[in-house]
Amino acid sequence: MTPSCLRILIADDSDSDRLILKTLLCRLGHRVQAARDGAEAVELFRREGADLVLLDALMPRMDGMEAAREIKSLAGDRLVPVIFLTSLSDAEDLARCLASGGDDFLTKPYNRIILDAKLKAFDRMRRMHEALAEQHALARERNRQLLDEQTTARRVFDNVAHTGCLDAANIRYHASPLSIFNGDVLFASPRPDGGLLVFLGDFTGHGLPAAMGAMPVAEIFYGMAAKGFSGADVLREINQKLKRILPIGMFCCGAMLEVDFKAGQIGIWNGGLPEGWLFRAGASPRPLPSRHLPLGILPPEQFRADLTAYPASTGDTVLLMTDGVLECQASDGTLFGEAGVRRCLRRRQQGEHPFDVVFQAMADFSHRAREADDLTLFSLDMIDRTGLALRPEPGESSALSGPSEWRCEYEVRGSTLAEFNPLPLLLHICMEVPGLRARSGEVYLLLSELYNNALEHGILRLPSDWKRSPDGFGQYYRERQRRLAEVSDHGIVFRLHHARKPWGGRLRVTCEDTGDGFDHANHPVARDSGPVGDGPRYAGRGLMLLKRLARTVTFHGRGNCVEIVYDWRLPSAPSITDGCPPPAAGGRDD
Amino acid sequence: MPIHTRLADDGDTLVIRIEGRFDFSTHQAFRDAYEHGGSKVDRYVIDLSDTTYLDSSALGMLLLLRDHAGGDSSRISIRNCNNDVRRILAISNFEQLFAIK
Repeated sequence: MTPSCLRILIADDSDSDRLILKTLLCRLGHRVQAARDGAEAVELFRREGADLVLLDALMPRMDGMEAAREIKSLAGDRLVPVIFLTSLSDAEDLARCLASGGDDFLTKPYNRIILDAKLKAFDRMRRMHEALAEQHALARERNRQLLDEQTTARRVFDNVAHTGCLDAANIRYHASPLSIFNGDVLFASPRPDGGLLVFLGDFTGHGLPAAMGAMPVAEIFYGMAAKGFSGADVLREINQKLKRILPIGMFCCGAMLEVDFKAGQIGIWNGGLPEGWLFRAGASPRPLPSRHLPLGILPPEQFRADLTAYPASTGDTVLLMTDGVLECQASDGTLFGEAGVRRCLRRRQQGEHPFDVVFQAMADFSHRAREADDLTLFSLDMIDRTGLALRPEPGESSALSGPSEWRCEYEVRGSTLAEFNPLPLLLHICMEVPGLRARSGEVYLLLSELYNNALEHGILRLPSDWKRSPDGFGQYYRERQRRLAEVSDHGIVFRLHHARKPWGGRLRVTCEDTGDGFDHANHPVARDSGPVGDGPRYAGRGLMLLKRLARTVTFHGRGNCVEIVYDWRLPSAPSITDGCPPPAAGGRDD
Repeated sequence: MPIHTRLADDGDTLVIRIEGRFDFSTHQAFRDAYEHGGSKVDRYVIDLSDTTYLDSSALGMLLLLRDHAGGDSSRISIRNCNNDVRRILAISNFEQLFAIK
């Protein structure tokens, strides 16, 4: 190490001793400040600072020990070695010097070689301390930067992976973040048909890598859900995206829940999450077990995205959770586990909400011990209405800009019927008309009623009354699957025509299938005013919906072709113009 | 070291036994075990008889092994799971990817 020039503060009340020491130190190449007593030394240190301090132990006004305490406190975090100069030889006196904060002592008379060696030793210690302090400050600064960056990234993340409609009154959830980013994701979005799509996921790992995977999942989920894609479509897309972007060994356990409040049913897909539960009035809770591999593992051609359908009506509840719930630990290390969930659900009293029961049991079990894993608990109650509406897109300046006069024909044939859902595509075309965008829910509903009736009743010839009993419900979906796989030379044609009107616009949709049709002329529901009941093709509910939303519903041909006319009005349009009465029901602003 | 390996069947099969917790802390050791198993190895046996716990990062490691061993054509069996471990493998439906005995 190169000999360095230190700034040394010395204090001695003996003029001769002070002079000798000062001369000695100067010859060793150091810069020296000298004080006559402790108080002056403290004052000098306060004013000028020093790298090292040499204090006579016994001085008037303020002795060395008092001065050492003051100087150490002024130095704060910095290491300023204090060496006592003493002619004391009593061990206790020397020990007292060190107890008061001194680092070492030198006995008079001074030995030049020892003095030089000690100064060098303390200088090394001082430099080491400085280096450590610098690294510590750097680490603290880096950590602060990292936290800042994470907070900013978190804002970006939250904008993309927002909570959608999780604030709806029939949804409850608890999510515990393990770090700034949580490995769990929970998304919920209304569907254009008034239903709801929920995705709960648990990425392997947490922090940044998990968040990186969560971003595209959020984009895909919210993008596709709002456009009317089904839960299965969204799952396929998420799986192939994650398969492509995640390194092998990283994946996402998840569950997709598709809720149709109108038809009173839910669809569930569980890949790697703990079993969920369906609570129905008057029945014991039904487990919704994982039947699939997690997302991001299988290549698209091996991935199965079919949701299992269950009937569910108002007041029923679906409960989903990530494995953090099962991994809650008691103080003795035992895990809550699926057994813990089952146990507390068995003991559930009438009127207790399953969410509260599990949450409370979990809290009691773990005695508020720190949750080991990311943990999300979610519940959804079935409600009576389609109370969740898509938020209209902001900033529609001119409702009449964009395509408003167009027609198109779209036909789906053969095995494509089993593999492809044309509704999002058709909805997308309609949504190009700016004024129709605010009514995407109604338009989607019309299209999906037409399509489902053409497919399920027209082509697959499934009787809608099967869906009334729990057994029949399962049979209906099994048969639907089976018959769909066998469809070969059937098809469905949509003809869409949009025309602009002074008061808004008119959408005409014809949906024709290659099925047998039915005797619409003599059917009470198909004709006007008949009593509401099930027709051979249209369940009363579906037809009533069409009639409520559309201006007219007309059957053509042998009953295999349905035409609806849907009018929509600009909010500011005058009530009657163009000799054409504004629709009575079609464009109702709900 | 909680991971033990041995060769069986004339060096064709690599048996990897994991003691205690199979989680992220065993990541490097597990990887070393199958990467340095020997050139003749074309079959893997994961012996979990002494494994008390398995988490999602262990599932990830099994997927890495599967990829290393040839993906869909890999031959990997997982043996002697206790009930908790079997439960975790079942929730994730890993029997679709591995022979679990």
